[in-house]
Amino acid sequence: MSEDGDTNMHVPVPPHREGGTAFPSPHDIPAGHHDRPPIDCNGAETRDIAYGLLRVLNDDDEAVGAWDPGLDADTMRAALEHMVRIRAYDKRMMMMQRQGRLSFYMKCLGEEAVSVGAAMAMEDRDILVPSYRQQGLLFVRGRSLVDMISHCITNANDNVKGRQMPVHYSWKEGNFVSISSPVGTQFPQAVGAAMAFAYRGEDSIACSWLGEGTSAQGDFHYGLNFASVYKAPVVLVVVNNQWAISTHRNLAHGGPSFAGRGIPYDVASMRVDGQDFLAVYAAHQWATERARAGHGPTLLEMYTYRGDSHSSSDDPTIYRPGDGYESWPLGDPVDRLKAHLVKLGEWDDERHTALEEQCRLEIIAAYKEAETHGTLKEGPFPPVSTLFEDVYESEPWHLLEQRGQVGI
Amino acid sequence: MAQMNIIQAVNSALHTMFERDPTVVSFGEDAGYYGGVFRCTAGLQEKFGKHRSFDTPLAEGGIMGIAIGMGMNGLRPVAEIQFADYIFPGFDQITNELAKLRYRSGGEYSAPVTIRTPCGGGIKGGHYHSQSPEAYFTHTPGLKVVVCSNPHDAKGLLISCIEDNDPVLFFEPKRLYNGPFDGDHTAAMVKWDTHPKGEVPEGYYNIPLGKAEIVREGADVTVLAWGTMVHVAKASAENNGIDAEVIDLRTLVPFDVDTVVNSVKKTGRCVIVHEAPRTSGFGAELSAQVQERCFYHLEAPIERVTGWDTPYPHSLEWDYFPSQQRMAEAMRRTMEE
Repeated sequence: MSEDGDTNMHVPVPPHREGGTAFPSPHDIPAGHHDRPPIDCNGAETRDIAYGLLRVLNDDDEAVGAWDPGLDADTMRAALEHMVRIRAYDKRMMMMQRQGRLSFYMKCLGEEAVSVGAAMAMEDRDILVPSYRQQGLLFVRGRSLVDMISHCITNANDNVKGRQMPVHYSWKEGNFVSISSPVGTQFPQAVGAAMAFAYRGEDSIACSWLGEGTSAQGDFHYGLNFASVYKAPVVLVVVNNQWAISTHRNLAHGGPSFAGRGIPYDVASMRVDGQDFLAVYAAHQWATERARAGHGPTLLEMYTYRGDSHSSSDDPTIYRPGDGYESWPLGDPVDRLKAHLVKLGEWDDERHTALEEQCRLEIIAAYKEAETHGTLKEGPFPPVSTLFEDVYESEPWHLLEQRGQVGI
Repeated sequence: MAQMNIIQAVNSALHTMFERDPTVVSFGEDAGYYGGVFRCTAGLQEKFGKHRSFDTPLAEGGIMGIAIGMGMNGLRPVAEIQFADYIFPGFDQITNELAKLRYRSGGEYSAPVTIRTPCGGGIKGGHYHSQSPEAYFTHTPGLKVVVCSNPHDAKGLLISCIEDNDPVLFFEPKRLYNGPFDGDHTAAMVKWDTHPKGEVPEGYYNIPLGKAEIVREGADVTVLAWGTMVHVAKASAENNGIDAEVIDLRTLVPFDVDTVVNSVKKTGRCVIVHEAPRTSGFGAELSAQVQERCFYHLEAPIERVTGWDTPYPHSLEWDYFPSQQRMAEAMRRTMEE
């Protein structure tokens, strides 16, 4: 019998729901612990990393072990700059949402390395099939800030014509596929996109992301199985940020590792410290190389923490009191990469502060420019004539008739 | 009597049924500890325990599957789908399994499942937080389909849904959660406390399924509506001086055919309004039924005012959402004949 009385039904409760510091026990697996398997290994050979934790940066801010990608200082500074810029963007956008100049917003605080590391390890020709918290991909691929903000305001410059809620970006030029709100649908789609590359004999790959909460959906499992059966050139990423709105990860999975779910599908699988940019980069580099060489898919669990609310619509203090991002045992991706660069003598506080200020000003300027194309309150918005466009390639009679009824 | 909005009325119905029937359980994404993203299940877990009101994995197919299993094995589950737009991973379980269980087992098995889900637009939700998917389910034999339009009905209807031994989809129009909405998005928000239907008994009562309500009596044209459209249609008639009889269907399957037929025979004209797209919307079924049953009483062709045959847009929401003006024009067209 449980504490609920006359029942045997088990319902998991997050260990730290009532406040305090009861985070899941920090991984005591040290940086540099795991060996680097050959890229043509089978799924079972990655089992230790799937249940372990791939880390490169140690507690002394040094890059150690077989997974150190050996990046030069310029590359690491570029990564740091992307992450700082994303953070400035998120902060500004949420502020604009609170002021009513944006209808909705979602930050990726704490998860910046997850998308920056992935995008930097890939080629621009590789197709990205993301969920709604990988805005970092767009920064690495060089999307215009003004265009991103225009989409979020749904003004006349919004390339998706005001049809989606904010942060549901689409950018074909950057091989970034339109984002859907229904969770997990993108996983099997990414596998299909990867199969299309293989079909045409190209060596581009696909990469897709979903949250650990979403890994409970059938689409997650369909994606893994199809990827395994067809040895699709795809990298599938579970971003385990511990929380799906109020739903803790222990409601998404009865076991300890999301990466471990790939092993029975014979998909190479690894759990990666998502706060460690170098580990994220190295894991993606390995998985990308494997996929490109025709050795099949990889499942990566990015072990991270959702540093803020799910979106502008929820208040996390209600459902995870005392569970603040600052006490996440694996730290913060910006702080950790910064400390590594400082340790190498390639960065300092002064330059960091200057970078933050530069990014802040860039975002403010971009927001101003975006609003020259229309504001959320005043418009102009995409014209009403766009209402009936793109339902089909060309408008059938019934849509033409309805367009006539609107007088456009 | 207490003043409630629809969220509180739904919550009150759940508390009432949890008290009365220990086999009633509630679950869904964020629906346990947090009490749902709209807070409709707030307080249930605290009061009745985490085995009776619990959080689920994010898997609508799984939610519907366990609802069926619990329902066929002695429980009376109330499953929440966080937004009606997210019901489709559960579509197979609902339409092929839940709907057909009684029939395919020769009446041996059934599952008294209630599926609660927020629906509809008017909240700047874009196409994944605004859809009205009722017609997919009205097309499936074995399912009952209910749409509430005010707090008083929400509680009474939901209690009937939970008590019903057949599976029922209970749609809660999000735009109405906190107040009635007449379609004028530029007007100040109105709350339920100024509306007679915001008066809700605190204890048990029910409103039978299959019974419509005439929310405005009139002689010239019958308007059939449900959910948010009830309020827009009523305001349209009143603001345009049209003597329309506005009927809130409340239950779509089985709909109250007598109330509809009697009204159309009286007025000789019929306008059907819904938020969902026009093609194969439930308005098409109603139009056919009215034509079959009232043909010799009709003075004019039946009109439909619906969402357009496009995905639900974000920034152009008010060009999509059926307006008072479009309804008034349709009513007038039926009276020109």
